[in-house]
Amino acid sequence: MTDQTQSVGTSYGEDAQMSLGFRARALFLKHEWARGYALLSPTLLVMVCLMCLPLFMLVAYSFWTQNYLDIDKTFTFANYEAFFHKPIYIALMMKSIRMSLFCTFVTLILAYPMAYFIAFKVTSNKLIWLILITVPFWTSYLLRVFAWKVILGFNGVINSGLISMGLLDEPLQFLLYNPTAVVLTLAHAWAAFAILPIYVSLEKIDRSLLEAATDLGDTPTERFWRITWPLSLPGVIAAGLLVFIPTVGDYVTPKLVGGTTGIMIGNIIQSQFGKANNWPMGAALSVISMVLIASLVVTFIVTTTRARAKGS
Amino acid sequence: MSDTQASSLTAQKAAEDTRGDEAPQFLQSKHEGYHWSAEAPMFLYAVWYLAFLYIPVLFLPLFSFNDSIYVAFPLKGFTLQWYGDMVDNPALLRALENSVKVGFSVAVGATFLGLFAAKAMTRYTMPGKGPITSFIMLPLVVPGIILGIALLVISNRLGMNLSLFTIGLAHTLIGVPFAMLVMVSRLEGFDRNLEEASMDLGETALQTFLRITLPLAWPGILASVLLTFTISFDEFILAFFLAGNEVTLPIYIWSQLRFPNRLPMVLSLGACVLVFSFFIVTFAEVTRRRGVGPQAGGAI
Repeated sequence: MTDQTQSVGTSYGEDAQMSLGFRARALFLKHEWARGYALLSPTLLVMVCLMCLPLFMLVAYSFWTQNYLDIDKTFTFANYEAFFHKPIYIALMMKSIRMSLFCTFVTLILAYPMAYFIAFKVTSNKLIWLILITVPFWTSYLLRVFAWKVILGFNGVINSGLISMGLLDEPLQFLLYNPTAVVLTLAHAWAAFAILPIYVSLEKIDRSLLEAATDLGDTPTERFWRITWPLSLPGVIAAGLLVFIPTVGDYVTPKLVGGTTGIMIGNIIQSQFGKANNWPMGAALSVISMVLIASLVVTFIVTTTRARAKGS
Repeated sequence: MSDTQASSLTAQKAAEDTRGDEAPQFLQSKHEGYHWSAEAPMFLYAVWYLAFLYIPVLFLPLFSFNDSIYVAFPLKGFTLQWYGDMVDNPALLRALENSVKVGFSVAVGATFLGLFAAKAMTRYTMPGKGPITSFIMLPLVVPGIILGIALLVISNRLGMNLSLFTIGLAHTLIGVPFAMLVMVSRLEGFDRNLEEASMDLGETALQTFLRITLPLAWPGILASVLLTFTISFDEFILAFFLAGNEVTLPIYIWSQLRFPNRLPMVLSLGACVLVFSFFIVTFAEVTRRRGVGPQAGGAI
């Protein structure tokens, strides 16, 4: 390494500008962190340009107003006032959060036993089980949602199937276009997101703890609630957040299977950038959703970590 | 009647006789089978869960072969007509071409960025590693709609026309975290002494990277390329906000959902996309996970 530094020094040494380059190079070779950051910098630069700057611009937009096609850039709280003065926005926001919470709950309840099964009961071919679980997670979200529209529709798979079997005289109306259909579809679409974090936290549990609990006389149920469940909690929390945060803003599922009663805040935001064509209002609604979701998440994390600290 | 009963009885007896030696073992395993019976409900649940994951999606291919424009039971008959419609559709082929173009660029870009970041994360000690990792992972938790409109708003302000390029940028943003995750697990899985040995023996950093890191990280790179390609190929929400005149396949599918008579064609297209994604992803997952687990523990 010193050889390299010297060779760089002799070839570039004369020029003043090069000596700056030389010093940078010396720093680079001397400090590991400098090399690490240099290697990271392209990725970080791209992330800042594609995520941070757009998000700042979105916040800026939410303080502007729109006159037909022109954007009026005078700073104003008008969009935020509109949000708090129109009960429909607040009601819709609350409803979206309620639906997402319910959907997260359903997803976690369904996913936990599956993750438990793979972590503790599958001894051979674990890889196959893991791959079977992860593959749907990578495949088209739109098509998975669309499949439910096909299944639940008025002339869909369930209705036409039951009618052709003679179990039903006329199609059931309540299957599609309601909040339950949205929750069911979301729980299906986000299932794989929930299983993996829970699986990882279960897999990490030291098996000797479980053996110790059994040796000390715990029944399997006691053992589960006293060892397995508390130790898997970080995975459950991570899974819950991974499902809750994106589902609040979802607009594809409500649009395809939600009908008028299953509409969520994402649909209103999307319409501000489409038919309603009020971008600043749409930006304000997104900022409000983001702040609300973030504060819910932070409160949740703080309370759970406090509770766990107290518990231990 | 009685004859058949008698013969079945003798057959049973014969079967028991031939099994003579195994009988005690059979009983024994039944006795020990307590574990199995305790686990049976879990196994059944797991099978049910997989059915819940897979069966809804399987209706798309099923009805894509049905000879009726209504997606309903009973099935009318087998046809390949909808697949024929699909191939004869220039707009669809154009969208497919666009998706492949975007997907390929995203796969290469995101994998490069992910590889750099993963190499930095696994090979260098530096302050602030935790926050930086969280920052790179952020696109996974920010709702897609928010990223989509944020990128829409900034392209508008910068006077950038919406095109396949803007879609590609957005997909790169969500591809990088996945690429980094895949690559970190791969790079952690092999012995870093190999790299140090190469440096000690006089190779430059670049040569070491080309001759040691790259060949060993190759399965991870392949998996990352395939996975980020699939993410971009199937992504709808960001593309929906950022598409200009040229659309990608998911946007095309969305635009066709309004027309009931095109539904069967959309089903056959959806079936193709699902089967295609399924094979790519399965291949990528097998490549990625094979050999990573046990070796990771052994090498370090």
